[in-house]
Amino acid sequence: MKKKLIGFMVAAALCLGGAAHAEEGGKLAHQYWPERGVFGKYDMASVQRGFQVYREVCSNCHSLKLMSYRDLKGLGYTDAQVKAVASAYTVQDGPNDEGEMFDRPARPSDRFHSPFANDKAARAANGGALPPDMSLLANARPGGPDYIYGILTGYGTAPADVKMTPGLYWNDTFPGHQIAMPQPLSDGQVTYSNGDAASTQQAARDVAQFLDWASNPHMEARKAMGIKVILFMLFFVGIMRAAKRKVWADVH
Amino acid sequence: MSRPANTQKFDNCLIQWIDERLPIFTMLTKEYGVFPMPKNANYLWSFGGIALTMLIIMIVTGVFLAMNYTPNTALAFDSVQRTMRDVNYGWLLRYVHMNGASFFFIAVYIHIFRGLYYGSYKSPRELLWIVGVVILILMMATAFMGYALPWSQMSGWGATVITSLFSAIPVIGDGLVTWLWGGFSVANPTLNRFFSLHFLLPFVILGVVFIHVWALHVTGSNNPTGVEPKSEKDTLPFHPYFTVKDSYALVTFMTIFLSVVFFAPLALTEPDHFKHFNPMQTPPEIVPEWYFLPFYAILRSFTHDIYIPFTDIIILPAKLQGVMGMFGSLLLLMVLPWLDTSKVKSARYRPVYKWCLLLLLVSLCVLGYVGSQPAGGSLAVVGQVATAYYFLHFIVLVPVLGFVEKTCPVPASISDDPCCKH
Ligand code: HEC
Ligand code: HEM
Repeated sequence: MKKKLIGFMVAAALCLGGAAHAEEGGKLAHQYWPERGVFGKYDMASVQRGFQVYREVCSNCHSLKLMSYRDLKGLGYTDAQVKAVASAYTVQDGPNDEGEMFDRPARPSDRFHSPFANDKAARAANGGALPPDMSLLANARPGGPDYIYGILTGYGTAPADVKMTPGLYWNDTFPGHQIAMPQPLSDGQVTYSNGDAASTQQAARDVAQFLDWASNPHMEARKAMGIKVILFMLFFVGIMRAAKRKVWADVH
Repeated sequence: MSRPANTQKFDNCLIQWIDERLPIFTMLTKEYGVFPMPKNANYLWSFGGIALTMLIIMIVTGVFLAMNYTPNTALAFDSVQRTMRDVNYGWLLRYVHMNGASFFFIAVYIHIFRGLYYGSYKSPRELLWIVGVVILILMMATAFMGYALPWSQMSGWGATVITSLFSAIPVIGDGLVTWLWGGFSVANPTLNRFFSLHFLLPFVILGVVFIHVWALHVTGSNNPTGVEPKSEKDTLPFHPYFTVKDSYALVTFMTIFLSVVFFAPLALTEPDHFKHFNPMQTPPEIVPEWYFLPFYAILRSFTHDIYIPFTDIIILPAKLQGVMGMFGSLLLLMVLPWLDTSKVKSARYRPVYKWCLLLLLVSLCVLGYVGSQPAGGSLAVVGQVATAYYFLHFIVLVPVLGFVEKTCPVPASISDDPCCKH
């Protein structure tokens, strides 16, 4: 009886879990992302290249408001490197003792520089469309990095029977297939530090991983801690099981 | 000083000194030391303690989250993200709190099903059961308001959909909704009151749990036979037998919970929960948290207005029926002790009721699935059938079975029960 009952419970849990997971099926091609497995880790070299792609291309339109420059240390950059990255940007500070606002180079503790002063300015520069902030983009779209990769590599010519709205581009992945973002990546557009010119696919993959990292910067710390916690818990479960058996040994 | 009546003697003189003035140690010994537990209580009896532990975990993590949270529509979303990114172990706090809500509901749902299966709601435990249903309703309100706090698309739209339900109430509905919102839409006043209530209600729950446990310690625990303990042979002292058994169950549950927290903390989170709330842009699907899905499906199962016959005057609009159905499905649990007419408590000895209960569980799972899917289509009919079974079960089957079911022989006492020899 007990077994049957536990069976019911498990069935119920699975049922509900399955229900909560259900999502509308996109036509995304699924790739392997090293960070997405239960024990997965980021491919840091790829994430670093992805940061370069973001900095050189995407940051012209997309903000990353929730990130500070110092967070880049999580990518393996040194303090000096982070400082160098930050100081390339100018931020407004103030008011100073004279009551004036002034510009200064960004510091590691500053948030990432946003390309536009506000959403209205961003829309005005992009034909009315708003380039979404990227801090949580990989979590905020079904498919995560697959979706981002799909958008970046999904440009093409519209089927003959589709009437394109002026100013929009055909994209296989974007819901509705008409996107306001002009194709941001092309072959050879970004040259990596080892001298290789990245293909569109390579750059798309790298930036998708960078954005996955930007959405979940503590993932590796979390999993590393998790392994220790779970090992401890399993040990604890073993002890409690032994204690329970010992205490109950004489009960009839 | 003379010892008050009904207190105990302790060896430790400090404990003795305190106990004479405030008999808390006498109380603890009585309620958690020598308290007699039916010796055949199985692991399903551990889920009450597990649920209480989850409540405490929610309160502790919640208090720390609240230190970093800003209840303002312009700042709330970013303040939660700041907690995740910049506060030391903030991600851990939030993931424990987020997933803790789910595991709290898992524990409570198992706890309730245990009650349904073994007839724990029947005399003399009716009040205990009713207080339990009150806890469930308070938990739902708390979780609903907590989900609004991160001010995501799901937060804002979930809050909008659920609060709008009250507009179905005739005459006062629209005014009531405006009053709940503190304005003409879900906005800053709504967020502020939700935060205030979300902070308050868990402590109210804690108080109601106290009453729940108090009532439990008057009647004592039920057990898988549903036969009340008759002699000392039927029981064991709570300590050490059930302290150790419950701890084993608790640690096992926590291991599963922590595995999710550390390795799949976002498994149950909708992508739209990562987007800032935008009142101008409805998400394609507004999906509640999994623990609300069966009730959400019941709400959506009512699709036909009821007219006065031969006229086109609507007396019961579909929306109002849905709201009544959803709240009714919970309130029905409160009167269950009087709906059940069977003399036998435990489903173990009730061959027909047992299968009806299984079917109820299946229909709840089906409702959960239907609730997660877009409304309409052929699934709507499936949802309606499952909803119909839910009400049929409690309103018709449970009362009728008590009269017509041929039950199996019930053991004279717990010790006489052949199948629970440990
Ligand atoms: C010229 C400005 C511009 C650049 C450069 C740019 N984007 Fe965009 N992006 C936009 C705009 C505008 C939209 C909104 C499109 C829409 O809503 O139709 C957008 C939308 C997107 C979306 C779809 C978001 C959604 O809502 O589902 C993704 C993914 C994306 N961009 C990724 C990138 C990546 C990665 C890069 C860098 C390689 C990049 N973009 C560079 C302007 C730009
Ligand atoms: C019955 C116990 C409780 C339940 C079921 C509960 C449930 C929830 C849920 C579902 C969320 C949304 C999580 C998310 O999606 O991000 C949440 C958020 C929150 N809760 Fe609670 N909670 C409880 C107790 C508390 C207490 C006692 C406090 C404060 C004292 C608290 C403070 C907060 C805060 C500040 C947030 C917003 C931050 C966040 O979303 O992570 N909670 N709660």
